[in-house]
Amino acid sequence: MINITLKVNGEERALSLPATRTLLAALRNDMKLTGSKNACNQGVCGACTVLLDGVPVNACLVLAANVAGREIVTIEGLGEGGKLSPMQQAFVDAGAIQCGFCMSGMIVSATAFLAENPKPSRKEIRQALSGNLCRCSGYVRVIDAVELAAGRSGA
Amino acid sequence: MSDIESATESAIGKSPPRLEAAEKAAGTAIYSGDMELPGMLHAALLTSPYSHARILSYDVSAALALPGVKAVVTAEDISGGYIGLVCKDEKALAHGKVRYIGEPVAAVAARDEATARLAARLIEVEYEELPAATTVEQAMAEGAPVLHEDFADYTKIYQAPENEGNLLARAEAVMGRGVDGFDEADVIVEGTYEVGAQYHAYMEPVSVLAAFGPDGRVTVWSSTQSIFRTQANIHEGLGIPMGKIRCVAPRIGGGFGAKAEASGQLVTVMLAKKAGMPVRLVLTRDEDMTSMRARHPGTLRVKTGAKADGTLVAREMEVWLDAGAYADDSPAVMNLVLFYARGSYSIPHVRALGHAVYTNKLRLGAFRGFGNPQASFAAESQLDEIAEKLGIDPIELRIKNAIKAGEQWLGGQRITSCALVESLEKVRDASDWTRRREAAPGRKRGLGVAAMTHTSAFLSSGAIVRLQGDGSIILNVGAVDIGQGSDTALSQMCAAALGLDIEQVSFATPDTDSAPYNYGTNASRVTYTVGQAVHRAAMQVRAQLLEHAAAMLECSEGQLELRPGGRIGVDVEPPRNAEVSFADIAGRSLWAVGGPITGSGSYIPNDPPDPEHTKMTGFLGLDALSVLTFGAQVVEVEVDEVTGAVEVIEAWCAHDVGRAINPGAVESQIHGGFVQGQGYALCEEMLWEDGRLVNPSFMDYKFPGTLDTPDKIHAIILETPEKSHPFHVKGVGEPPLVGAAPAINNALSAATGLRLKQIPLTPERVLRGLLEKG
Ligand code: FES
Ligand code: FES
Repeated sequence: MINITLKVNGEERALSLPATRTLLAALRNDMKLTGSKNACNQGVCGACTVLLDGVPVNACLVLAANVAGREIVTIEGLGEGGKLSPMQQAFVDAGAIQCGFCMSGMIVSATAFLAENPKPSRKEIRQALSGNLCRCSGYVRVIDAVELAAGRSGA
Repeated sequence: MSDIESATESAIGKSPPRLEAAEKAAGTAIYSGDMELPGMLHAALLTSPYSHARILSYDVSAALALPGVKAVVTAEDISGGYIGLVCKDEKALAHGKVRYIGEPVAAVAARDEATARLAARLIEVEYEELPAATTVEQAMAEGAPVLHEDFADYTKIYQAPENEGNLLARAEAVMGRGVDGFDEADVIVEGTYEVGAQYHAYMEPVSVLAAFGPDGRVTVWSSTQSIFRTQANIHEGLGIPMGKIRCVAPRIGGGFGAKAEASGQLVTVMLAKKAGMPVRLVLTRDEDMTSMRARHPGTLRVKTGAKADGTLVAREMEVWLDAGAYADDSPAVMNLVLFYARGSYSIPHVRALGHAVYTNKLRLGAFRGFGNPQASFAAESQLDEIAEKLGIDPIELRIKNAIKAGEQWLGGQRITSCALVESLEKVRDASDWTRRREAAPGRKRGLGVAAMTHTSAFLSSGAIVRLQGDGSIILNVGAVDIGQGSDTALSQMCAAALGLDIEQVSFATPDTDSAPYNYGTNASRVTYTVGQAVHRAAMQVRAQLLEHAAAMLECSEGQLELRPGGRIGVDVEPPRNAEVSFADIAGRSLWAVGGPITGSGSYIPNDPPDPEHTKMTGFLGLDALSVLTFGAQVVEVEVDEVTGAVEVIEAWCAHDVGRAINPGAVESQIHGGFVQGQGYALCEEMLWEDGRLVNPSFMDYKFPGTLDTPDKIHAIILETPEKSHPFHVKGVGEPPLVGAAPAINNALSAATGLRLKQIPLTPERVLRGLLEKG
């Protein structure tokens, strides 16, 4: 067991956990932040995507101990004051969400991408989300949602 | 009553955000694997390393000695009997024998997951390895190892073939003159088609939380498509009375058929019971892929006869499905392959023969389409071969032979409404078919078409509608929304029947303690079948509301009008400004007259086959299967002749849904279903070597991502009112998947002249085909 402090969604939490624990397991089990999902535990599907210093990473591939003190944002940290973030709201409004299991990761990835590229083409959105698998949507409405969010922020 | 229609228009035909969309976007939606209870233990499985072996003994002492381990269970702890919807041949854990690699043999509950996994590896099982049959050919060979020696003794709900071997089911359907009908044909095309095993790949791996209460009742939260099938399986498999089993469905991360029957629930309940503490099981992706289910791989020999003018006269189909180690839904899936063998056409003479065979691998089971994707891939591909031979346009050929409302389907059921021709015309026009087919023959790009038919009414459902004190409604149906949006659509129907806005209807969490029975979320049945029950229950509530209102407003019921938003007014000349709200009525019912206002509705389709029309043997009853829905798809592909890769450029999918309660959700089903079908067509295949699954991960099992899928999937909704339903609806969950594979295959042929008969159409197969063709 090692003692570390994780900074998640602006809050510091002291944790005692095995050195081998992934960030995803630490978030879900130790911090009870279950919005990030485990669908492959292998870095393939993106369901566990979180922001690490603003950059999207697969939390299942990151060891918790290696990111102590760094800025971590999860799906739970995107909105403010109990309100959905613009990207979250766009996913709701575009009808992109079906079972929802992929959506935390999808929305986190999309949020980081739009911050980098506020006026993307649909093709660019597809490229940016190529690491996020969804089995329900066929992706059309997902791309619509990101486009919607981009349009709104430009307005 | 007047104006009901206008009052109800508010809720139907609109696409409000799904009821649970915001919580899913926020990351606060709770799935089974997110749940925890005080004192909860974690489960881990020990699975079989052999395809086929006798279990000689267990030694669990080392596992139990590990600190933190609270319980270990093996088949010796099973207190119940066999489970299985159509053939009871499976138990909660492997007992006596193991029949596939990955089959759960024992399980551990421990303080934490790592300890549980470690302990599972410390369980010693002594096996005697047996010869295995991992393919249909091996399993049907003379002297093949027998998987189920007790097959004859199993309880079955179909007429099973008598055999000493591995033949699980055999069924035959003959219409008209059967194979003799080929004597009317000028042209006959015959071919053998092969389909691969597709993994459901729902993003949420199977997860279960089970806890016994002080009253001895067990509550099971799990990723399931049916709380009632979960309850029944626990009851039968563990001998616990149904009244002591409460099954609840939190949010579900997809199912597509695999979560319709039992998965990890039984073993989790066993552990919770033995440990006396709550237990949670969350499968890894590898465990899920090796121990759950997949779509049946199989071989289909198909023969079609046509007259020179394109009139189809005869069809023969002989099907062999690999069922895997346990029956599960296999006999039913095989039956449904035959049900769709004739395709969507008025072919007078048909013979369809099917087999399902036990093999030493993962059980194959229900998967979106349920036999239809296999049948349609083969038959719709062959239809294009005929079109080519006759020099007739493939869409023309389909329209010429299209089945129509009033005609009988294979089995004899009458088609109630049918927009097949319209669907074909729609996709032809939308895709600019005629011009583009002619523009580029034999180039890298090509258009292909497929038509499809699917059921949408199946088995029983109930609904309870309750008026609350504030005039709002609670709708309780026990149907699980696995992501398709049924919570929202059913709430819209309930709101419509009562003239309410959807916000005034709350949807109860599916819970066997309170919900009326519902068979499950499968067979594209929920909107149609549960919708019937919702309407009946809502109408009972409406009748009571009107009775109260008449008394309160001192008029006759005939003078009342239901007004939007939960009010009832008097509609007389001269106008009287008098109305009561649902809240007023609720108050009267709760505190003065009549008691609580509750409505309940039950429904089961009953549409028995006609033995005069089709001779059927070896089938399960098809009585509770009804209401066919139709559609057509056109796909454009581009083929890379260097790599063999097939890219889907654009798709046009026209589906007749009777009436779209929520058009946005219908379109989403079309997008998602088509893309899952594209995966089936092009890249998805579970591969076994000597019974071992060689690609049990998302790394090795590829399904389409954002870069593999077309941006333009045109969802075309057709609305031909289905008069047997109060809201005129039909299902749409499965059909969008069904057409994709044959349409893509036909497009590949149009693009390259290459005609393949095996899916997935991997680059390797396409390239090999192109090279052989020269
Ligand atoms: S769970 Fe981390 S990428 Fe799939
Ligand atoms: S919404 Fe179900 S996996 Fe994406």
